[in-house]
Amino acid sequence: MTPGDGFISIRNVAKSYGAFRAIESISMEIGKGEFFSLLGASGCGKTTLLRMLAGFEDVSGGEIWIDGQEMSAVPPFRRPVNMVFQNYAIFPHMNVAENVGYGLRKLNLPKTQRREMVEEMLDLVRLAGYGGRKANELSGGQRQRVALARALILKPKVLLLDEPLGALDRQLREQMQVELRRLQRSIGITFVFVTHDQEEALTLSDRIAVMDGGAVLQVGSPADLYERPASRKVAGFIGTMNFLRARVAERANGRAHLDVEALGRLAVPAEATTLAAGSPAWIAIRPERFALSDAPPADGSYAVEASLELTTYLGERCRHVVRLAGHETRIAVSAPNARRHQPASLDLEKPVWLTWSEDAVIVLEEDRT
Amino acid sequence: MSGGSYINRPNRALTAYALVFLTVLYLPVLALPLFSFNESISVRFPLQGFTLQWYVDLWSRDSVLAALWNSVRVGVCVSLLATALGLLAARAITLRRLPGQNAIVAFAMLPLVIPGIIFGVALLILFSRIGVPLSLITVGFGHLVICLPFAVATLLPRFEGFDRSIEEASADLGENGWWTFWRVTFPMVLPGVVASLLLTFTISFDEFIITFFLSGYDATLPIYIWSQLRFPREFPSVLALSTLILAASFILVFTALWIGRIGLARPEEAEARKEGPA
Ligand SMILES: Nc1ncnc2c1ncn2[C@@H]1O[C@H](COP(=O)(O)OP(=O)(O)OP(=O)(O)O)[C@@H](O)[C@H]1O
Ligand SMILES: [Mg+2]
Repeated sequence: MTPGDGFISIRNVAKSYGAFRAIESISMEIGKGEFFSLLGASGCGKTTLLRMLAGFEDVSGGEIWIDGQEMSAVPPFRRPVNMVFQNYAIFPHMNVAENVGYGLRKLNLPKTQRREMVEEMLDLVRLAGYGGRKANELSGGQRQRVALARALILKPKVLLLDEPLGALDRQLREQMQVELRRLQRSIGITFVFVTHDQEEALTLSDRIAVMDGGAVLQVGSPADLYERPASRKVAGFIGTMNFLRARVAERANGRAHLDVEALGRLAVPAEATTLAAGSPAWIAIRPERFALSDAPPADGSYAVEASLELTTYLGERCRHVVRLAGHETRIAVSAPNARRHQPASLDLEKPVWLTWSEDAVIVLEEDRT
Repeated sequence: MSGGSYINRPNRALTAYALVFLTVLYLPVLALPLFSFNESISVRFPLQGFTLQWYVDLWSRDSVLAALWNSVRVGVCVSLLATALGLLAARAITLRRLPGQNAIVAFAMLPLVIPGIIFGVALLILFSRIGVPLSLITVGFGHLVICLPFAVATLLPRFEGFDRSIEEASADLGENGWWTFWRVTFPMVLPGVVASLLLTFTISFDEFIITFFLSGYDATLPIYIWSQLRFPREFPSVLALSTLILAASFILVFTALWIGRIGLARPEEAEARKEGPA
């Protein structure tokens, strides 16, 4: 998406608290109807960015445009966005139906219609019949759905969600993820979703912005971020990754050749890296892109000898740690249990062969820090 | 609450101490109602038989009723004003946007520690200098000064235990500051407001020293009682009146404290309520 054509357009937005720069000049575009996630470690500025979108914090620099309108002079109660707060912020002195219908006062609707809309919303979030309950008589998941219904009843153009599932247990969280996704599809509202859980972001999002220290490292689809991380930080943040030091040896015949620690010389297509010959680099390979076998592969694909150090059985897959023969380097390997597990098939004593294919290799620049 | 946990276990010594403390504190006061039911005019043991005559007497005296009416009028006005001002003050203090805010809080609380007689004299001098005639209005002004800290102290915990994101949620749902205040903030601090009204009314109703300096011809109830003390024949009626005031004050203050605690319950109580039948 090019600058300026997003439904939400964040242009060079910065935020300082006194001398502390919480956000440094972020730009990104979020499309209409997109499920967009902000992903990053604690304290990286996700909430701050979201609160600037909602209008609770002024921007220190830059502009936020929503649906073709510049937002700096628009107070929170006039913005076409609604928010689901991290702690839900349910009104404690009102029951569920009053909470959900809170935003309807200004529409001056007849009472019956208002009640219908509330009922409809409660249906949508699967809380039909809970209208008379007090807020403190609800479970965490139910509160979260009340907060959701309360924000959605105004049919906002954008829904902001600040780690709405953070307080829920794993099972409920997964259930709510499915419901969120279903809701978002069925009503077609743009969601901006804050999370520090990379798995959650990958499951839910159309696109994800990975943030770190007040800056955006990379914006892309889950597959983009997983398969083509732009930097070592992103690669390390999303999923598990093996990193190995490397140096670009030469570029020739449309291929780039790299000398890699412990693995020897590898060739990748020239497009895989823009680094010039002689520059230091990292290569990154996902654990599941390796395979282990008892014997060297016959087809001459990449293989090195290694010894198995540790195997962890995880049900659907096994996680191995292997040490490359003659080196201290350890590699994480993840192998699906395609057949029923046979503990003896890989022996801790016997040498094994670690194989991978060319397209498993990701070449990354040395991080500038 | 059953004291199931270590911290809630009953403590005998502490209970005994509390009983002794309360007895010493209130025993002298209890003499008032005791003698107000006594047939004899003189206050002395032994008691001489039970009567309600002094209470009945009260209703036939216009001056008592006039003083009562004065006290109620002043009390109502003062409690309303003090609570309204206290509401604004507590709000401003908790918004944390004021520079030098601790100094302001300390200043608002100052009347609590300044002796009433000093306040009374100071205000009397002030009013006579600027030529304001003494009346129930000057009395009300004096009461307002001493009631304000109580209003602020009652309301402040309400605002402080307040999650700011609740008000943000209201703004987010389209309500501006005015509506947010009336739909969210005010209902949530309402128990504090009621408590403050009752408390400040009681304080104004019972106030003597400042009233003594600032009242004109219209006496409030405490002033009336004081003026009657010169006449031994009136003493039993004064006792009866004092007993009534005592009872009313007790009820009001206890109601105020009880209401003020609604929703500020300790966590374990809230927990217990949640687990109870829904
Ligand atoms: N009002 C404030 N005053 C000063 N610093 C603040 C303020 N609010 C946030 N910060 C700082 O800004 C940075 C970003 O905070 P933010 O709340 O956006 O983090 P976050 O990414 O939401 O983290 P988390 O995942 O823990 O919620 C933090 O370092 C925080 O300390
Ligand atoms: Mg946060």
